[in-house]
Amino acid sequence: MFESLREGLTTAFKTLRGKARLSESNMRDGLKLVEDSLLEADVSYDVVRDFMERVTAKALGERVLNALDPSQQVVAIVHEELIGLLGEADPSLHLNKDVNIVMMCGLQGSGKTTTCGKLARLLLENDVRPMLVAADLQRPAAIEQLHVIGRQLGVSVYSESGATDPVAVCRNAVAKARAESCRVVVLDTAGRLAIDRELMDQLAHIDRQVEPDQCYLVVDGMTGQDAVNSAKAFNEALELNGVIMTKLDGDARGGALLSVRHVTGVPIKFIGTGEHLDALEPFRPEGMAGRILGLGDIVALANEAQRLVDEKERIEYERKLQEGDFTLEDFRDQLEKIARPGLIQRIVGFLPGMDAMRGMLDSEDAAGGMRRLAGIVNAMTRAERTRPRIIDAGRRNRIARGAGVEPREVSELIQQFEGMKTVVEGMAGKDMRSRMQAFKELQESGLMNPGAVIQKVKKGTGKRLTSHEKAKLRQQREKELRRRRREERRR
Amino acid sequence: MSWFRKKASEPPDPPSGGSAEGEPAESPPKRGFFGLFRQGLKRTSDLLRTDIRDLFTRRQGQLVDEWLDDLYAILIKTDMGAGPAKEIREHVRTEFRGRVVELEQLIDEVKAKFRSLLDQESTSIRLAETGPTVILVVGVNGSGKTTSIAKLAQYFRRQGKKVVLGAGDTFRAAAVEQLTIWAEREGAEIVTGPPQGDPASVAHRAVAAAVERGADICVIDTAGRLQTQANLMDQLRKIHRVIAKQIADAPHETLLVLDATAGQNGISQAAGFSDAANCTGIVLAKLDGTAKGGVIIPIRQRFRLPVKFVGVGEKSSDLAVFDPSAFVDGLFSGPSE
Ligand SMILES: Nc1nc2c(ncn2[C@@H]2O[C@H](COP(=O)(O)OP(=O)(O)OP(=O)(O)O)[C@@H](O)[C@H]2O)c(=O)[nH]1
Ligand SMILES: Nc1nc2c(ncn2[C@@H]2O[C@H](COP(=O)(O)OP(=O)(O)OP(=O)(O)O)[C@@H](O)[C@H]2O)c(=O)[nH]1
Ligand SMILES: [Mg+2]
Ligand SMILES: [Mg+2]
Repeated sequence: MFESLREGLTTAFKTLRGKARLSESNMRDGLKLVEDSLLEADVSYDVVRDFMERVTAKALGERVLNALDPSQQVVAIVHEELIGLLGEADPSLHLNKDVNIVMMCGLQGSGKTTTCGKLARLLLENDVRPMLVAADLQRPAAIEQLHVIGRQLGVSVYSESGATDPVAVCRNAVAKARAESCRVVVLDTAGRLAIDRELMDQLAHIDRQVEPDQCYLVVDGMTGQDAVNSAKAFNEALELNGVIMTKLDGDARGGALLSVRHVTGVPIKFIGTGEHLDALEPFRPEGMAGRILGLGDIVALANEAQRLVDEKERIEYERKLQEGDFTLEDFRDQLEKIARPGLIQRIVGFLPGMDAMRGMLDSEDAAGGMRRLAGIVNAMTRAERTRPRIIDAGRRNRIARGAGVEPREVSELIQQFEGMKTVVEGMAGKDMRSRMQAFKELQESGLMNPGAVIQKVKKGTGKRLTSHEKAKLRQQREKELRRRRREERRR
Repeated sequence: MSWFRKKASEPPDPPSGGSAEGEPAESPPKRGFFGLFRQGLKRTSDLLRTDIRDLFTRRQGQLVDEWLDDLYAILIKTDMGAGPAKEIREHVRTEFRGRVVELEQLIDEVKAKFRSLLDQESTSIRLAETGPTVILVVGVNGSGKTTSIAKLAQYFRRQGKKVVLGAGDTFRAAAVEQLTIWAEREGAEIVTGPPQGDPASVAHRAVAAAVERGADICVIDTAGRLQTQANLMDQLRKIHRVIAKQIADAPHETLLVLDATAGQNGISQAAGFSDAANCTGIVLAKLDGTAKGGVIIPIRQRFRLPVKFVGVGEKSSDLAVFDPSAFVDGLFSGPSE
């Protein structure tokens, strides 16, 4: 998971090859990489400095300096410290009363109202009846916004038109929830600046008068250095019980989470990964640590993959792969599984180094592209699917007509499949780590470029490779295959 | 990136004061835009302890490493990014190493550089020669688009202009209601579409209405989106195209609304939205908080995108024409009270 950091460190430490041991100054140079990465991820300066002090102290220990593979040791230290700082996952809402009050607070536009809806949805899924309360009397149409969300979910929303005192609204809402035996009351408060004394006092007042059981700070995942200031102020005005970070479906690294956690010390509960009300995920420190360092989240990928393919299918695929029986039909089945809007984008986001590609891989376009590829396979005969080698020019034209694509797209699909098959079969039976390694090599060799494929499929007239570029790519591919075979033999 | 291309001895730019240009004719006397800008920035004093003056008292005499580290910390905390901050630190290190310097003089120089960097283009809105001026407003979720449109509506209404708003956010819950309330408050007309309807069609109808009713200004709201969402960015392209088909050089402005609290992701936002919607300027919203909005500096360097307005509050009057001097001062100090 921390592979790319490790590579960076290895390069940084390279100068010492031949020398007896790693020097302190070498180590400091290497650690600068970690520092820069954290700053680029928007972790607050003071938090970074603190963090680096601890990491440096450990990394300069004799054991690390004298280690055979110091970069591995450093990675372990960074990892451990990050996870430690992010804290344990605790997605529980601690519902231990008849009526539990959960309050959302935060800066303007951070995602409070939407997150209220997401929590309500989560509660519904767990057969708990929530009630949403419109305590934002500030923003134009804030009450209406909550009502729309409530209607979408079929959840009751409490509001008072023309009200001016949010405390009164919350109190009345709690009384109503009690009467209607709603177990959770979710208070949507107005966005406010941490330095707006009047509004912060108002929030503290709600806190004292309504006594929420859980109070969550909602933080925008794109926040920069200011996160420490605002989180600190909110935590001082109220007693926070948790943090929810939103808008992590984009390319923000979310380093502010580290800052917020550092200054508040409260657990991170959930992360928001989309505008839809189902886009709320429990926080996982492992995944977040990788994201902040600019690496992917392999665990999440594995989980997602597991959700897609049930265990029986998985064993079957494994068997086929090991025996070299992986056919175009299997390929198509897999394509169809992942051709769901939104999914591909999420999966790609988990893969290290593929960040840049995420933009290209628009969920819907990609899903469309996948379906198109599946359509090509469907237009083949059984024999063609199991033995693509028999597909000659005539067959190719027929398939293309059947699938409504250009003949060259048929060839491209087959080439892709063959390339993938080699690698995928090489992965069979290996553990996650070596699979990721194989995948990375695949990526680097240019063999697999989903962005390009999908774009090509979609546009048809998109940018084509020049023959020179193609030849180069082919060469690379062949070189890669030779290398892989050599490696196989050596094992 | 090269921050110090010119020699460091160049005199600092004169403070530009309130920008006369673009200031509405009948803005209230005491709350000129410059004053408003300052007022927004002033609130930062409570919390911010990165005051450059602290540094002055602690450090004088020879330039030493600790001192450079302090400068670096201040720069980083503005959200300008580690790369640019490092560049400045290293420049200062080589230029002033071992010399007896006054920090104030040095900071002035850094400030002057920022000012000149931010000062190059006019911040005024490009108006159409004939017919309505069309302004498309884009940005990530919750950055402040709709509120900024309310502010623009007031800004133009005060100049006696007729304004039509297009409720192009057909996606988010109650987004249309929100803009409708603002339109009523500001005396602007509004064109809306059905929930989940095609935003390009709303934009089209809004522009058509503006032409038909002889409006001076037409501002189109769009749903918040992340720059990584290719399908939604394509939707923006389409909106842009539809508008351009109606009026040859429209939209006359495409404003990216950037949240001042945004960190390094702001750069990716500027890249993504410029690519899809050909942004012509930035509205830096929520500058009334403690965030410094320093990411506009690398954005300016990389994409030449000028900041046109800043948002300094939730009210529709809380808009100020961007003033590089005031902004740069805000970057470097929690203003004293
Ligand atoms: N992409 C994405 N957008 C989100 C997420 N959470 C919220 N949003 C969007 O962010 C914007 C602001 O969300 P709101 O829920 O209105 O934020 P708020 O904190 O209630 O805002 P105020 O009440 O004005 O302070 C809306 O466009 C939401 O759809 C998320 O996890 N991902
Ligand atoms: N303090 C402060 N708050 C602001 C400013 N501009 C906008 N806001 C607040 O930020 C929140 C979000 O503003 P909106 O205008 O709804 O943002 P948006 O970009 O239209 O949001 P979506 O349409 O959901 O993407 C609201 O609570 C606004 O009142 C500003 O300059 N200062
Ligand atoms: Mg809200
Ligand atoms: Mg809006």
